[in-house]
Amino acid sequence: MAFVKGLKCRECGREYPGEPLNVCDFCFGPLEVIYDYVTISEVITHQRIADGPISIWRYQDLLPASADDPVDIMAGYTPLLKARNLGKKLGLNNLYIKNDSVNPSFSFKDRVVSVAATKAVEFGYETLACASTGNLACSVAAHAARAGIDAVVFIPADLERGKVIGAAVYNPTLVAVEGTYDEVNRLCSEVSDNYPWAFVNINMRPYYAEGSKTLGYEVAEQLGWRVPDHVVVPSASGAMFTKIWKGFNELACLGLLDGVNPQPFGADQNTVHHPAITTRMHMAQAAGCCPIVTAWENQQNQIRPVRPDSIAKSLAIGNPADGIYSLRVIRESGGSGYAVPESQVVEGIKLLAETEGIFTETAGGVTVSTLKYLAETGAIGADELAVAYITGNGLKTQEAVEEVVNPLQVKPMMGSFEEALENRMAARV
Amino acid sequence: MTMAKQRVRFTFSAEMVREPIIYRLGHDFDVVTNIRRADVRSDVGWVVLELEGSDDEIQRGLDWVGNTGVRVDPIAGDVIEG
Repeated sequence: MAFVKGLKCRECGREYPGEPLNVCDFCFGPLEVIYDYVTISEVITHQRIADGPISIWRYQDLLPASADDPVDIMAGYTPLLKARNLGKKLGLNNLYIKNDSVNPSFSFKDRVVSVAATKAVEFGYETLACASTGNLACSVAAHAARAGIDAVVFIPADLERGKVIGAAVYNPTLVAVEGTYDEVNRLCSEVSDNYPWAFVNINMRPYYAEGSKTLGYEVAEQLGWRVPDHVVVPSASGAMFTKIWKGFNELACLGLLDGVNPQPFGADQNTVHHPAITTRMHMAQAAGCCPIVTAWENQQNQIRPVRPDSIAKSLAIGNPADGIYSLRVIRESGGSGYAVPESQVVEGIKLLAETEGIFTETAGGVTVSTLKYLAETGAIGADELAVAYITGNGLKTQEAVEEVVNPLQVKPMMGSFEEALENRMAARV
Repeated sequence: MTMAKQRVRFTFSAEMVREPIIYRLGHDFDVVTNIRRADVRSDVGWVVLELEGSDDEIQRGLDWVGNTGVRVDPIAGDVIEG
């Protein structure tokens, strides 16, 4: 069973029952899940977690849906790798990569969608829906297939065919909308108001977003129940960024981190900060769409929406729903934000591939380039424990790195091969 | 004619922040405006509000607001995710 008490408005604090709602009726502020942490603290232990499935559902006590029969394609519990080669290159002796690109549909979205889909089934919905340009579409279609319910996926009509196939293969109803990005946005909001569907990031959003907390839990568990000194997180809406922070603080407050005393959550569960959580939260955005980082750099308290123009499409949210909250987390954690020049996104992809054998999508390139910047500027110390989150697979954005294909062209003769090889070696020197 | 409600967020740039956009929306179009939350400063501002009217009139009003240079978004932020 889930230990959910209900929903609470982040702005005015009004409480609501745990229903498919995402906005406060009074002030239109976003709603967040609130938990019965007293009961959770009585049942949750390291052993109970370890005895759970090898997926996000091992943390079922801290998720807002019942784990009795989750919609689970085995999202989560992805590898945390000590990145010795990349660390050596960047002068970081204690660097780890959280490789979330190996989730079942090849991105971290499986975590959030698994929770949203489980909740949707719990509420009795028969259709799971989303609007997406890539990863989310794949994950929603895959989870709907697993749940045996319908999927409706809205995509921009001009979306590249390669990106559509990853979702279409699961046989959802694909709706290709002719119009600008803003028009697609507006249509989906209207559809969600008028159809009895579970839109994962609209009416399911309070539950959906909670799935990202597992990125914090897993890193802590895989590090032996401790938290890093630094994390580098790619951000679009800002939701994942805030939830990783929340995940660390939940573990601390529940006494699940080694050597950390539990403490009450206080009046506002969603802004709790346990003093033992000293992790600096660093946000990675691409320069072509960086409204949150811009606000941080300019010391503003408002997020100014932008029109995205970035090759990092999976981070291209110009009007981020959790922008202001993630800005607060940057400040509260003593972290930072960095807008990676567009030209360095691909460099980041290549650097990770060449050093650690991990092929990430453009969002991962943004993360690695931000990590490099933080190392070079001394924001991350050589011996500090740093974790970089890689949230999507490179096979999703192959076109971004087409330039790497440069084979030796040889005739089927030894002489031809040796000549080509010598020329290549000479060129490398 | 069926009446509809729509929840939107307007974002004002420094150039637009002193313009009486919401007054004119209510005055020039057959739309009732109901502000729920706002943060307006000298150089930037946003307002979250509910509009009530016919679908067509709300759409006409929002098109006008958008053409003034004020950004119009759904209150949930961008819902298209990567």
